[in-house]
Amino acid sequence: MFKIWMWERLFSDFGVFLRGFAVTVGVSVCALALTLVISLVVGLFRCSGNRALSAFSRGYMSFFQNTPLVVQIFFFYNVLPRLNVILSPFAVGCFGLSLYTGAFGAAVVEAAVNAVPHGQLEAATSQGFGFLRTMFHIVLPQAMKVALPPMTNQAVNLIKNSSVLAMIAGGELMYRADSWASDSAVYGPTFVVTGLLYLSLCLPLSMAARKLEKKTRHP
Amino acid sequence: MMSFFEPYSLSEVLLFLFKGLGVTMMIALLSILFSFLFGTILGVARYSSKGILGKLAAVYIDCVRNIPLLLFILSFRLMFPSYVFGYKIPYKPVVSAILAMTVFTSAMVAEIIRGGLNSIPKGQWEAATSQGFTFAGTMVHIILPQALKKILVPMMGQFVTCIKDTSFCQVVGISELMLNATIVMGKFRYASQVIVLYSLVALIYYLVNISVLHLSKKIKF
Repeated sequence: MFKIWMWERLFSDFGVFLRGFAVTVGVSVCALALTLVISLVVGLFRCSGNRALSAFSRGYMSFFQNTPLVVQIFFFYNVLPRLNVILSPFAVGCFGLSLYTGAFGAAVVEAAVNAVPHGQLEAATSQGFGFLRTMFHIVLPQAMKVALPPMTNQAVNLIKNSSVLAMIAGGELMYRADSWASDSAVYGPTFVVTGLLYLSLCLPLSMAARKLEKKTRHP
Repeated sequence: MMSFFEPYSLSEVLLFLFKGLGVTMMIALLSILFSFLFGTILGVARYSSKGILGKLAAVYIDCVRNIPLLLFILSFRLMFPSYVFGYKIPYKPVVSAILAMTVFTSAMVAEIIRGGLNSIPKGQWEAATSQGFTFAGTMVHIILPQALKKILVPMMGQFVTCIKDTSFCQVVGISELMLNATIVMGKFRYASQVIVLYSLVALIYYLVNISVLHLSKKIKF
């Protein structure tokens, strides 16, 4: 199974893997940026005290957390073209991944904002700060410290979940690895190398998250 | 009168989807069960051993947690032998998928178990040791029962993740809920049919998962 010619063949075609790796990184970065925006908006909706906004974001979080990412991605991928909205798999991946991860990120933001002592909010309000200014100048900078480790874990999940794009021919690492493997019949080495490439992306992030977590727990 | 899901009747579609749901639930249940057994061993090893066993468990957990599940499912499907000791393995795709999901989920479960073990005060260990309990006796009779109570909710959360993750199994051609929906979709002509079908599938997953989460809040022991 692990013969020398397989590895030779793999490394002579290593450009395929690198291109896939680049797409994975690209999708992940774009989706992560969108995820941050979604989590912040939805998380702040939850904390705003406005009933309608709060209910909306609770519904959003509950729905997107409890349905599989595959269903969501397939929905966008199969429904939008029939409505004459043509999106590339890359864009579908970005939107799908960020909507899904945003639901988890919003919960992180909400918990972090609630972890900031309530007195901070009252003090800011007593000084005439509005809700948004209180949040952005007083509460969120303090909440950042709490939110950073779980947010990093969500980023790891997002990178892992980007492999779902393989199901819609997204051209990312998983897709290229899988199709290259079935073209060349080199399975073992392909999966090992693909796993290592994912590991090289995710492991440093998980390690960083763990270090940050320790730091916030014992300052 | 034609039905809304045109080439099919409504009952046909529903029956097909629920058949898929059965497969989904079976895969999810079996993999969470095996993951719980294997994950407990891993978690206890990582928690209690400073030596080679703990290191091995840590490496396993860190590696598996940072690799996508899809890679495990695909590689297990292709690398899994068809024959073991001369016996043909029945339902090979399903068996390999359950195995892949077990390998992946047990790493998550191990972390949950370790979190539960860490939350038990050190005094419990000292008290048990002073009463003459051995290490294994303390673990099995004193520490684990307390830890298991605390991890019930995160374990149910992991079960929900497991149910969601079974939708990856369609890449190896297991006809679970998601693949059945895609098969049904193949003959649809209108966007509205696809939208309703996928909403239905999402709703089924949602209701199942919400009920599991609700159940985890009800259980007391």
